Amino acid sequence: MRALAASYPDSRSAVLPALRLAQERHQGWLPPEAFREVGEALELTPAYCKSVASFYDMLHLQPVGRRLVEVCTNICCGLRGAQEVLRAFEDELGVAPGETTDDGEFTLRAVECIGGCGWPTVVAIDDRHRLNVGADEVAGIVAELRRG
Amino acid sequence: MAELIVLAGAQDRDLTQLAEYRAVGGYVQLERARALAPTSVIEELNTANLRGRGGAFFPTGKKMQFIPSREQIDKPHYVCVNADESEPGTFKDREIMQRVPHRLLEGCLIAAHAIDAQHVFIYIRGEYLAEFELLKTALDDAREAGLLGETVIVLHRGAGAYICGEESGLLESLEGKRGQPRSRPPFPASSGLYASPTLINNVETIATIPKVLELGGAEYARLGAPPDSTGTRLFCVSGNVVKGGNYELPMGITIREVIYDLAGGIPEGRELKAVIPGGSSMPILSADQIDVPLEHDALRALDTFLGAAAVIVIDDRACMVQLGLRVAQFYMHESCGKCTPCREGTRWLVQLLEAIEAGQATHSQLELLLDVCDRILGKCLCPLGDAAAMPVASYVVKFREEFRAHVDQGRCPFGGASSLEGLFAPVDQHGQHPVLAEGVPA
Repeated sequence: MRALAASYPDSRSAVLPALRLAQERHQGWLPPEAFREVGEALELTPAYCKSVASFYDMLHLQPVGRRLVEVCTNICCGLRGAQEVLRAFEDELGVAPGETTDDGEFTLRAVECIGGCGWPTVVAIDDRHRLNVGADEVAGIVAELRRG
Repeated sequence: MAELIVLAGAQDRDLTQLAEYRAVGGYVQLERARALAPTSVIEELNTANLRGRGGAFFPTGKKMQFIPSREQIDKPHYVCVNADESEPGTFKDREIMQRVPHRLLEGCLIAAHAIDAQHVFIYIRGEYLAEFELLKTALDDAREAGLLGETVIVLHRGAGAYICGEESGLLESLEGKRGQPRSRPPFPASSGLYASPTLINNVETIATIPKVLELGGAEYARLGAPPDSTGTRLFCVSGNVVKGGNYELPMGITIREVIYDLAGGIPEGRELKAVIPGGSSMPILSADQIDVPLEHDALRALDTFLGAAAVIVIDDRACMVQLGLRVAQFYMHESCGKCTPCREGTRWLVQLLEAIEAGQATHSQLELLLDVCDRILGKCLCPLGDAAAMPVASYVVKFREEFRAHVDQGRCPFGGASSLEGLFAPVDQHGQHPVLAEGVPA
């Protein structure tokens, strides 16, 4: 984290990269000790680090599954059937948006536009984007993810 | 096919490779620019009348001229590249970073020379992981080849906040804070990143600079729809079209040409209903207005904007109340909460639109909806509030009969058959849905 800070004229600028790193080290979310670690490295208070983290959608304040499945449900994907894609993931995974499967394997989220509007529906799996996803492909995607 | 500028050469070469980019004249303009006085570089951009591609359309050369000299302010100067592309409908900067990362880097280095900066920050949205990795590889290659000289380029990933695409929100975020926009003045040119002179430009703007120098400002200024809308844009075409995607074309092409000649028309034999010309924050156009050229002045005459050149095509299956609701939900979710009209107003918009969609609103609440839009417009520190109010107000004005039908029939006239029916908004999942206990004001 201190190495990250060296890229910037002011070490506080490293708070987002440091929080991301902490999140990677804590199974994809930011427990209280993560804020202590980031705060210690960058000479910030844990409360400050948490206040920053709470502003950003990609920093998670609650535990998440091992795999993160995010479906864009903004207007461009919505005009082309994103709600059916989301529903298909709900059916396949057995959880509602915002929930994690009982085995802790998958968290399903609906997310705002992730920048693939010309190729609907866009689905991000662990931040890797899949474009032009149709509802009929969802079962195959989930099976593929379950195989690891 | 018209001449490509930003994506030139990428149609038949892999320009992510440094050697390939150099084979098409890459980094030659950087070398030329470094031999020129910064003022000469800026003069060329002014002659080209290059304007900001992020949406505000501000003249790029003029923005550079606002940066005070070292004699005036003895602080480091910074270049910040806004790669936080987050406006729904927009996905052009992503393609630029994917296909011509070195052209972006060359533009960064030229811009740094033009304002005497040694530090460049590229703020890339967190969701663009693949693009970040591509850009990082390109940057490492350029550094290894000695192209950076004394300049430092830092890639900084965002973490999911639309508002960080607003320039002062971006600066706050880059300083390690919540991305809440600043009050201006002071403007970033004199007091931006770390209270130092800062130039902030969109990815597409910066990636256009090398080609402007290659062609010469005067030649570039002949492209597109001069005098104001010179050059090309990457038009992001999405929604109900056969072939969505980015199309780099000279400004001045009509919406009709974009939809029917390039994007293959409307699929499934549906009728065109409306088009949003610049991204979700822009006022909508009705189907009878699509002969308008996509350039600044012509769209202004129709009370809308080219914005980030995101053309969202909507067919006759879409309920305009549902569209307005989903747009309002987005901006409510993304409001940073700093200014009251935006924080509270976006919630009011959502509540009123929910009531209208549910068939539980009165005609006076349609007027209230417009009144709320009016009370947001121009009353906040940054344009996010406007970004919610402008489109929603335009949907009511352009499709008033459809809004009235919801009230008169006491239900959505689409009866569940709208293409946007049941579209889920992420605000729902945080339990923050803003229905007040006392219900919607009458």
